[in-house]
Formats: sequence, structure tokens, C-alpha cells
Amino acid sequence: MTSHFELDGNALGGDLGEIFAVDLTEAVATCAGCGQAAMVATLRVWGPAPGLVARCPSCEDVVLRLVRGPEQAWLDLRGAVSLRVPLPPDGPLA
Amino acid sequence: MARAAIPGRLSWRVATVADARWETASARTLVLDVPQWPGHLPGQHVDVRLTAPDGYSAQRSYSIASSWRAGGPVELTVQRVEDGEVSSYLTDVVSPGQQLELRGPVGGWFVWRGGPAPVLLVAGGSGLVPLMAMIRARGDVRGRQPFRLVHSVRTPQDALYGTELARRVRDDPGLDVHRVYTRKTPEGWPHPPARLGVATLNTHGWPPDFGPDVFVCGPTAFVETAADILVALGHDPKKIRTERFGGTA
Repeated sequence: MTSHFELDGNALGGDLGEIFAVDLTEAVATCAGCGQAAMVATLRVWGPAPGLVARCPSCEDVVLRLVRGPEQAWLDLRGAVSLRVPLPPDGPLA
Repeated sequence: MARAAIPGRLSWRVATVADARWETASARTLVLDVPQWPGHLPGQHVDVRLTAPDGYSAQRSYSIASSWRAGGPVELTVQRVEDGEVSSYLTDVVSPGQQLELRGPVGGWFVWRGGPAPVLLVAGGSGLVPLMAMIRARGDVRGRQPFRLVHSVRTPQDALYGTELARRVRDDPGLDVHRVYTRKTPEGWPHPPARLGVATLNTHGWPPDFGPDVFVCGPTAFVETAADILVALGHDPKKIRTERFGGTA
């Protein structure tokens, strides 16, 4: 594995934004390979391609894969132990 | 207390090119009218999708160059890349009146949200575009946060927004701009061409003690180098936000 890559997780925001109602570039993904917690925006991404592969900035294991077809998206998160997603503060509605 | 609304999922919409202007010999700004645009934050980008008559489609991300004013347009500055199938269309072919598919605004991490901290912007080439949106947003509200921009360009002719930045340095208090020329300098420039180095970021950045918000955008190798230097100078890695783009946009 060379240290050359072209993009980062910022470039995933649009495709993930079609699936999720919150911005996932601000989510923290914990790598299943090394345990490093990294902002999705900082994952290493190669592209453009029909599918996007995002790797851990620390160990370069695949954390997330996303393929967008004409009528569906495939999101493979097996390389992430968890995704911590920031949300607006919760509280009573009134 | 009412719960803050989640803005919802993104979808593609149609934008119309209202105007276009050259910024350099190879970078062009497209002014886009986007009906019902929800507004954007400085640093965000959009995805642009082109579809050929035979159904082949290509999608790329472009940073938004403009700050947001209600009802205003969305401006993208596109740098032509050799063999770039999308960028060369956007720089050389598309003309006012034509339409593009656009999705956004995208991103919530590489975003300047105001606040009192000083800001250091480090740009490589057209990596200046999202940082320019931050400078413009600060100018719109007459922000007082001290802003420093270090911009690395190959030659003086490659410097985006040169006239506007000169005006803003004069008119926007607390904005400094320093350029690094990597191949050719202006007449009488005191240094030979050189890449961004430790001395430049030490002199023209902020001391780590000031706790600046740092935004770095450019080609991958540039971003790596700049971020490494900033960490070595003592900046908190958590305060350094980066955006990399490849050479194939």
C-alpha cells in the first residue's frame, strides 16, 4: 500500500447525504482493524469510481465502502466497529 | 426548548448557469441559479453530475466559492485539469443559460462557523476556493476574527482572486495574505521559487498558543505536508481541518 491517495472522506458527504438525514462527514468511525477513531471526513478515499472505498487514516484498512446504483445504494460498514453521529441536543419538545 | 430540525437528506436538483467568468487562464467561476437553494456554510461543497446522451454519467465535487446571501447565487470556481472529463467541460464548454445537475450543500466538518478564534487558512492552488468562501463570509459580516491566508501557487498568473484579495486586505481589517510561489515568482520577489516550508508557516501562520482554527485545502501531497508542519510546530491536530482533492477532478 502506497501512501498516495486522492481524496478524503469529505468527498463521501454527498453520496452519504442521499442515505442519511444528518451529515456523516462529522461522524466518528472507529476502525475495526486498529481501533483508531477518525472523523469520516478524514478517511482516505480513492476515486472517482463507481464505488467509493474509504480507508482508516491510521492503518489503511477498509472502513467503509459505498456503491451507488441507479435505484439503490450499497453501504458496507464491516470495517467500522461503530459510527458516532452528532445530533442536535435532545430534550422535551415544549 | 424546541428540538433543532435535522435538515434532511440531499437530492439532485437542476441549476442554471447564470454567468461565467475566468479567474485565471485555466480556472473559471460559474455563477449558478439554484431554485430553493437552502443556503450554505463557507467550506461546503456541491456534487455536480453530467450525463451524456448515451446515459454515461460522471460526478465530481466542487467547493463553493461564494458566501451565502439569501436568494443569491451559488458560485463554483473550477480549475481545469488535463484530461479531466468534467472539469474541462465546466471550464471550456458550458455557457450561460445551460443547466447542470447539482447536489448539496455537502459537508459539516470542513466548515468555518464563525466564533472568536483566529483562523489560519492554508491553500495549495485551487484549494483556495472553499477558503475564499470563508474570507468572503467574514467580510459580509465585518468579522473581527484575525484571518491569515497562506496560498501556494506555481506562478503569479495562477493566483486566484488576486484583485479581490488585494482589495480585502486593504478593506477587511485583520486579514493578511501571504503567497508562496513554487515555480516562478513576481518581478523583484525577495525569495527564489520554493515549496511551502516550516519557516513560512512559522512566520505567516499563528502561534499554536493562540488556538487558531486551521483549514488546509489542496492536492493530497500539499495537504499532508502542510498538516505535518503544523503539527510539528505544535498545533493541536484536532484543530486542523483538511480537505484533499485529487488531480483528476
